[in-house]
Amino acid sequence: MHTIEFSINGEALTLLVEDNQTALRVIREQAGFTGTKPGCEAGECGACTILVNGKPVNACLMLAPELDGKEITTVEGLADGENLSVLQQKFIDHAALQCGYCTPGFLMSATALLNENPHPTRQEIVEAISGNLCRCTGYKRIIEAIEDAANSGTKKIPAKKTKAKGGARK
Amino acid sequence: MTQDGKYTEIGNSLPRVDGKAKVTGAAKYAGDYYFPRELWAQVVRSPYPHAKIKKIDTSAAEKLKGVRNVITGDYYKKRGGLYLADKNFLAYQTVKYRGEAVVAVCAETREIAEEACRLVKIDYEELPAVFSPMEAMKKGAPLIHPDLHTYRVAPIFHPVPHTNISHHHVLRKGDVKKGFRESYRIFEHSYHIPHVQHVPIETHVTTALYDTAGSLTVWSCCQSPYAVRAALADSFDIPLNKLRVISEFVGAGFGSKAGTTIEGIVIPLAQLNPGRHIRLDYSREDEFENAYVRQGMYARIKTGVDKKGKILAVENEFLWDGGAYTEYGVNIVKAAGFAGAGPYNIDNIATDSYCLYTNHPVGGPYRGFGMCEIHFAIEQNIDMIAKEMGISPVEMRKINGLRPGDTTNTGEVMKVSGYQDCLDTVIKALDYNRKSAQPKDKHKIRAKGIAAGWKSPSQPTDAASAAIIRMNEDGTFYLQTSAEEIGQGSNTVLTQIAAEVLNVNPDRITLTSGDTTANPYEWQTVASRTTYCAGNAVKLAAEDLKEHVLDLAQIKLGCAKRDIHLERDDDHHMTWVVATNHPENRVPISTFALGLTLPDGSGIGGPAIGTGRFVLPNNFAYNMEDSQSPKPVAFWTIGVTGAEVEVDTQTGHIKVLQMISCFDPGKTVNRALYDAQVEGGMIQAMGTAIFEELMLKDGRVLNKNFVDYKIPTADDIPERLESLIVEYPEETGPFGARGIGEPVMVPGAPAIANAVANALGHHFDHMPITPDDVLEVVRGKKSKSKAKR
Repeated sequence: MHTIEFSINGEALTLLVEDNQTALRVIREQAGFTGTKPGCEAGECGACTILVNGKPVNACLMLAPELDGKEITTVEGLADGENLSVLQQKFIDHAALQCGYCTPGFLMSATALLNENPHPTRQEIVEAISGNLCRCTGYKRIIEAIEDAANSGTKKIPAKKTKAKGGARK
Repeated sequence: MTQDGKYTEIGNSLPRVDGKAKVTGAAKYAGDYYFPRELWAQVVRSPYPHAKIKKIDTSAAEKLKGVRNVITGDYYKKRGGLYLADKNFLAYQTVKYRGEAVVAVCAETREIAEEACRLVKIDYEELPAVFSPMEAMKKGAPLIHPDLHTYRVAPIFHPVPHTNISHHHVLRKGDVKKGFRESYRIFEHSYHIPHVQHVPIETHVTTALYDTAGSLTVWSCCQSPYAVRAALADSFDIPLNKLRVISEFVGAGFGSKAGTTIEGIVIPLAQLNPGRHIRLDYSREDEFENAYVRQGMYARIKTGVDKKGKILAVENEFLWDGGAYTEYGVNIVKAAGFAGAGPYNIDNIATDSYCLYTNHPVGGPYRGFGMCEIHFAIEQNIDMIAKEMGISPVEMRKINGLRPGDTTNTGEVMKVSGYQDCLDTVIKALDYNRKSAQPKDKHKIRAKGIAAGWKSPSQPTDAASAAIIRMNEDGTFYLQTSAEEIGQGSNTVLTQIAAEVLNVNPDRITLTSGDTTANPYEWQTVASRTTYCAGNAVKLAAEDLKEHVLDLAQIKLGCAKRDIHLERDDDHHMTWVVATNHPENRVPISTFALGLTLPDGSGIGGPAIGTGRFVLPNNFAYNMEDSQSPKPVAFWTIGVTGAEVEVDTQTGHIKVLQMISCFDPGKTVNRALYDAQVEGGMIQAMGTAIFEELMLKDGRVLNKNFVDYKIPTADDIPERLESLIVEYPEETGPFGARGIGEPVMVPGAPAIANAVANALGHHFDHMPITPDDVLEVVRGKKSKSKAKR
């Protein structure tokens, strides 16, 4: 067992976790952020994509102790209260979601992309979401929503600033 | 609707009403519910495709600390099934496919449950197995269900006793012998469609609680909570009022979650542990092997045509690889039997569609319900005949495609048919008649292809739906249905229908569904029937509530209700009840929410509730001998897809450059959601055409993960993906609408196959068309037939 301290969507958390548990299960089952979805638990579908210090990571491939000291953003952390992020709004405007199960993963991958590269080409968008599988939409509207968000001048979405107190990576 | 007869909602692109919940992570799927001290279930699976269970030793597993129960098929002796009662939730006496659940364990943690599974010892005696429908048909083949003749079956299905045939569907129209005699030429073609998987991104998850007061609640990712409730109640002899099924959002279904799947496994475990929640999650590997798969199929089509290309006779045979249990599969086989000659005006048809038991994973409904499979054959067949006759595939379809007044395979006269308009629209948009411009790279060949398709809902002729709408005190509404939001957009479309009738802004309506205790009956969310069936129920409920409001408004406004209308006022976030001839005489609709208070202080009317009950008004049973009926189905949805491909003759890679579809949804309720469905359907079809196959060897699934089973990614989609529309209203549809969710996938794969054939001069008799297939043809080798029987 490991005690870890990290921040998730701006909130500081201290949790006792199993060494072999994945970040995905801890985020869902212990921290209660169920917007992060399991789809394959093998790093192949991208449904569990989260931001770790701003970088997109498959939470199913990260061990829970590795969360220690990190700033984590999940889909629940994208909106500012009632106000959706530009990207979230564009997904709705473009009907870029259907069943919605893969949507959090796409939003996290695309958020990371736009933070890094506010004006991506279409090919850069496709590459950024190539690790995310969607079975409903046919992707076209997802790509268009991300393009539109980029053109609307999405402001960088900072990982919310509540420094986790822990820190020492094992 | 406005006073001048314009729709306020129907035909708009209202943003999804579930959009905000889905982009914020607020939408709850079955797996998102965790409960204190929940117990985890896991199952032991069969390593054999067909074997007798001789002995099960659970003692070591039971001794493991943290294990609560280890149960076997003895808990599930009662067979169940939607149309044919052939299935036990855990194997009983024999296992019939590799991966079948044999023992279920529940324990304090999922790790302990998994460990306990490893400790269960099972002695099997292997039995001879059957891995193709042709083997299954052979005289003397091992019988997978020797007691088939004793099984309960819906009367429209015809299992053949003491064989592996669980349904033989027969359609006879006209006189095929005469048709062939009169034919100028006769063609015979065969095709093979492999098993594929639905691949919803949400795997199956379920949790059950048997509470200490004796009620059972199941949180399930299911498309049809009422059907699941009925099946579970029947299997476990639970009264319906003690069984609640909750399924708010579903992480896509495509048919995979249409029946009762893993819910049955956890119920006995819940009953053994009153007060504890029992949870079972499918891994992705489980999902590939143990959720429903799309059945494999072999098709043979014999076609007789006259000199001009008019089809005079079709004789076809479909052999379906139904897998170990076909409780649902038999109905797919029936649907294929109904529609087997395609959307064409043909006088003489003989179709035989067989459902065969094999020792393969269990076949079940998959978007298209047999239509994607048969159209891969039908639409390539049309192109192949056209080429042999020296006429264009377009002309072939113009000659034979259904027009209003023509009769269907089942003898129904088509009142409306958008076939020809959809064809014209796609031909124009794709510029089909102009050959593809070839790229500079000589190793790449571009070509175009088209295909048509049709589908009707395969549902009982008396399938029923209900809806309730309640007005709150402030003039907002709750709309209650049990249509399931599985991504198709039903919550949005049904909200629009209610908003249209009541002239209220859709944001004043909250739709609730996915809970059998709270919401009224719906047969199933399948068959592309929701907009039509649930839509009609919602429309009737809203009209019922409106009547109630107008009755009271007569008193309040002092005029007859024919002279009263509802008027939407978005500026003030409200709806007015207006005396049409004296518009200043108006009150907010909320005036009538709890009834009307009269001047003397007394009340009248009571709370405003509207109910809608819909049952198919126009469906009649078909004749069992020949499948003929004046109206056997609710409606036919027809459309056409065109594709342009680029085939790389060095690598064998097929790149789809364009896909364009046009369908006739009768009346589009939500254009953006229509387009989104069409686009998604095309890409799912593209996956089956060039990537997807569940690889089976000796009953073993070889590709149970996303690395080995590739579905399309963002990088694979065509540069142009376009959705077009023609609208011929459906007489009995709400505002003229008919369903489109599944039909939009149907012509996609054969359109790509026809385009590839136009590039290479060779029609492949199977899908997916892989780089190896392409290279064989490029290198001048004879392409391996996979359709051989």
